[in-house]
Amino acid sequence: MVQESRTIESRRLGKRERREAMHAYVFMSPVIIGLLLFTLGPVIVSLGLSFTEYNLLSDPKWIGVENYIEMYGEDLFWQSLRVSAIYSVVSVPLGLVLALFLAILLNQKIRGMYVFRAIYYLPTVISGVGVAMLWRWIFNGQYGVINTLLHNIGVKGPNWLIDENWALTALIITSIWGVGGTMLIFLAGLQGIPQELMEAAEIDGAGRWQQFRHVTLPLISHVTFFNLVLGIIGALQVFTDAYVITNGGPNNATMFISVYLYRHAFIYLNFGYSAALAWVLFMIVLTLTLLVFRSSPIWVFYESERQGKS
Amino acid sequence: MHTPIRWFRRRSSQQLLMAIGAALLLLVGGAVIMVPFLWMISTSLKQAGEVYLMPPIWVPSDLQWVNFVTAWTRLNFSLYASNTFLIVSTVMIGTLFSASFAAYGFARLRAPGRDFIFMLLLATLMLPGAVTLVPTYLMFNKIGWVNTFLPLIAPAFFGNAFFVFLMRQFYITIPRELEESAMMDGATIYQIWWHIMLPLSGPVLATIAVFTFVGTYNDFFTPLIYLSDDTMHTIAVALTYFQGSAKIGPKMHLLMAAVSISVIPPLVLFLFAQRYFVRGIVTTGIKG
Repeated sequence: MVQESRTIESRRLGKRERREAMHAYVFMSPVIIGLLLFTLGPVIVSLGLSFTEYNLLSDPKWIGVENYIEMYGEDLFWQSLRVSAIYSVVSVPLGLVLALFLAILLNQKIRGMYVFRAIYYLPTVISGVGVAMLWRWIFNGQYGVINTLLHNIGVKGPNWLIDENWALTALIITSIWGVGGTMLIFLAGLQGIPQELMEAAEIDGAGRWQQFRHVTLPLISHVTFFNLVLGIIGALQVFTDAYVITNGGPNNATMFISVYLYRHAFIYLNFGYSAALAWVLFMIVLTLTLLVFRSSPIWVFYESERQGKS
Repeated sequence: MHTPIRWFRRRSSQQLLMAIGAALLLLVGGAVIMVPFLWMISTSLKQAGEVYLMPPIWVPSDLQWVNFVTAWTRLNFSLYASNTFLIVSTVMIGTLFSASFAAYGFARLRAPGRDFIFMLLLATLMLPGAVTLVPTYLMFNKIGWVNTFLPLIAPAFFGNAFFVFLMRQFYITIPRELEESAMMDGATIYQIWWHIMLPLSGPVLATIAVFTFVGTYNDFFTPLIYLSDDTMHTIAVALTYFQGSAKIGPKMHLLMAAVSISVIPPLVLFLFAQRYFVRGIVTTGIKG
């Protein structure tokens, strides 16, 4: 009797579990279909395409690793890697430091602070083509506002967007202006730090710098980690600014890998070659992300560790 | 008795100093942030002859509000605005529905492979868009969707990874009791999602709506590659055509008037949603 009722019970449970699973799949179906249709499928097709020559007019022709070999010998490819690398190496750390600094300032308890928060976040909201065009005007060598202001303090500004030594710098300045998103995430992290910890450190005689160094920084290291990963991924894919403000010029000084890829795909219709380029970019992003993840035990401090210690 | 009081006083005066210092720095930084905007507005209100004056004037002698009207009509803004809002509103519906629906499955229902699918979804956040770009374009081209709004709209109905994550993180903070009692009363799981979970998710849905609006409105790349017909453009793409077009030529004041108009929708939305929005990110942003 006992045996029997138990098997009925477990079978009934199995049935209920199966029904729950069915509902789960219904709920998850948009994501499952989306993953197959817009991510996994295209990823595989793109890898295949990267070994072909294809221009929409005729069927894809298998050419093995020819695209990758061609890329290796292409100066412009190396130039695009160099531009994207310099841009990322400068703009990501600079952006992180500035964003954290601003977040700390914006975390002070001052009346009307939300006005400042809104102002600093604003550029993130209205980024896009319009603002990129505004930057073209701002960096205008003769009449732009930056050179006008520089002129007022006796400095002769460069011809930003026409001078190949300065064009990339101009784009980095543009990116720094939009640091508000990163700043807001830091702010969220700062607000998650328990007030008692700061007070405890203060009672223990820690100065401002020591508090920052030994309490704040470790406690927001997971936020820094998040921002670093997103920052690298974002910087390696920047397109709108590069396309609208300088369009790769002058003399390829701002030929970002994304602009290079766009040209091969949609101007020259080299779909095979651009798929190969995309895969190289993917491998670079993946390697860097894995490196950051690997390094995280050294410098990222998780909440659970703190609870474990206390 | 003496020391604690003195300690307290020193602390508060030090804090006051910090606050003043922070406020001053923020004022200076805020001014720097605002310079491009002021420059844009200043230029947009100038007469043609005042744009290229040296040294430049910040406040035009005679404010040319008519520039906005000229820019609007000459650049056929009505058409591009209606295209843009058709796309943005459909994308918002799709994104809100798919993210809130799918996230419920990940948050509450058990099924084999669920966590694997979720990890896979999160991993796609690291995938450069360029990798899927060409095959996706070829797919839409094959089914004849290029030069329609569909390639811009359809993907929104299949769950954006980041928003699904955000919704799921929010759902798991809601106590289960409500759902359990509804279940007792005989509600189906879909009714529970629609009648209980969604009404509780206001702040997150609003955050996702703002993000989606801003992202889609400002998106340049997708419309650039999919919409080739001049009458199909969105505001973002149309603006780049104005830049070099004979319609306005090198008339910077009209271009800046057009740019000023183009930033109004996200700006207004942000100002309305600002407190809600910032709070939404601050509370749901990056826990867990």
